[in-house]
Amino acid sequence: MEIDPFIFRLSIFILSIFIGYYVVWSVTPSLHTPLMSVTNAISSVIIVGAIIAGLASNSEGVFNISSIFGFLAISLAAINIFGGFLVTQRMLAMYKKKKKSK
Amino acid sequence: MISANLSAIFYLISGVLFILALRGLSSPETSRKGNFFGITGMIIAITVTFLSIGNFSNGFYFVLIFLLVGGLVGSFIAYKIPMTAMPELVAGFHSLVGLAAVFVAVAAFLNPEAFNLGVPGDIKLGSLIEMSIGAAIGAITFSGSIIAFLKLQGIMSGSPITFKGQHPFNLLILISIIVLIYLLCSTQSSNLFWILLAVSFLIGFLLIIPIGGADMPVVISMLNSYSGWAAAGIGFTLENTALIITGALVGSSGAILSYIMCKGMNRSFFNVILGGFGATEQSSSSQSTEQKPVKSGNADDAAFLMKNASSVIIVPGYGMAVAQAQHALREMVDTLKKNEIKVSYAIHPVAGRMPGHMNVLLAEANVPYDEVFELDEINNDFANADVAFVIGANDVTNPAAKTDPQSPIYGMPVLDVEKCKSVLFVKRSLSPGYAGIDNDLFYKENTLMLFADAKKMTEDITKNL
Repeated sequence: MEIDPFIFRLSIFILSIFIGYYVVWSVTPSLHTPLMSVTNAISSVIIVGAIIAGLASNSEGVFNISSIFGFLAISLAAINIFGGFLVTQRMLAMYKKKKKSK
Repeated sequence: MISANLSAIFYLISGVLFILALRGLSSPETSRKGNFFGITGMIIAITVTFLSIGNFSNGFYFVLIFLLVGGLVGSFIAYKIPMTAMPELVAGFHSLVGLAAVFVAVAAFLNPEAFNLGVPGDIKLGSLIEMSIGAAIGAITFSGSIIAFLKLQGIMSGSPITFKGQHPFNLLILISIIVLIYLLCSTQSSNLFWILLAVSFLIGFLLIIPIGGADMPVVISMLNSYSGWAAAGIGFTLENTALIITGALVGSSGAILSYIMCKGMNRSFFNVILGGFGATEQSSSSQSTEQKPVKSGNADDAAFLMKNASSVIIVPGYGMAVAQAQHALREMVDTLKKNEIKVSYAIHPVAGRMPGHMNVLLAEANVPYDEVFELDEINNDFANADVAFVIGANDVTNPAAKTDPQSPIYGMPVLDVEKCKSVLFVKRSLSPGYAGIDNDLFYKENTLMLFADAKKMTEDITKNL
């Protein structure tokens, strides 16, 4: 009997939870705010679903109800991706060690 | 057009890069490289999606336009946002992830052929379950984050909103969500799908309104977790590894942060979620109306104390963020250091409105991160320090948490500020903190209250040093 592919995805999911658990515990508390903004950015990889929806044009043309939802989701996710990564970058650039030049 | 197997490999690579992005945050040195990994992972995921669809007709340009518009808005926000507004920003971003998950689920529900999930009215059962769970969690994340955003922004009052029968009512709605998902999957009715979304939006709203402003660190972390689970739900629907991995990472990240925050307050997760904290404690503050003697001083006195100290520990809190006092504080510390005074910063886990809030503000003010310490690292040093400078913090310094079993914050880990030779407490008035309880520290022999705006007081002290 063949194993349902769902089981493989479930395995990936469960193992990733464990990876997440150990990786996040190793994050230094002073970087918890950048952690939240970067998790925000990466969870917006949901944009791949939005792109599929947006490009699923049928004979009626580019716009149908489904693709419009896709386009809107693309914009929302893009705000998060750009905003999330850039604001994380901005924050991380501020973390400096004790004076070298002063 | 690339094969499904090849694109799956690329999605796996971007998933791994996201893991490395979080891994990088284990220290500030590696964090910037981590962020770069995250960006690379995202670029790979998006590019592969375009290539695997291989449809570069006119729809493609619309995708690019919407991507660009969102990107510009996001970049603009990222550059303009002041660091003190980071909690609001993160709450706002969570709401967008939630809404995006809902929209993708709606698109998949209306046009399942595009996702290889079957035809409308006959969607594969497994996919429909995953899709409706993703959509429901997404909707809860969206409306919950909107409320959190409004509370943080001050548009909505930070005090808990409670009503009679709130918890049974919420429980009823949660049960109805499960029933709706079951019915939806057995009937495939689109009406039920819309009702499910509406009910999920409602419960997100109802879950957050009873939670008070100072519990926001837990709420934000929790919503962070939800946004991850929503993404994972959609990831299962789309059979996309990158999304499943990311969802799991973000989900557990948010859960761990919520746990750390709850532990920082010595409260159970359910105690926070059920809400109402701070609203019911009004009675205890009224009994202490008898005036206890308080020593108050001015900037001159504070400067004198600090000038004669050899070590100073600074305890920042949410009040510092409100007064935007971080830069003024850094200038004061610079002056102290010129006088050969050792200065360090003590950060309580729940100081501020989100995890790590104070650290970011101090970093913004160019405070080197190796002068900033967590509760466990620095708590023993208070006994040896001359002056504790409490700026905008209150409950996290309250010794009642250690001594008074009746206190609502009893058992919460607190900074042992009272062990310092003298304590300077910058505060606008004697009003109790968020927990609605009096702080014994105000009336201690060695405490000097500085009644003023945090920023102004810090500037005045610097002038007097």
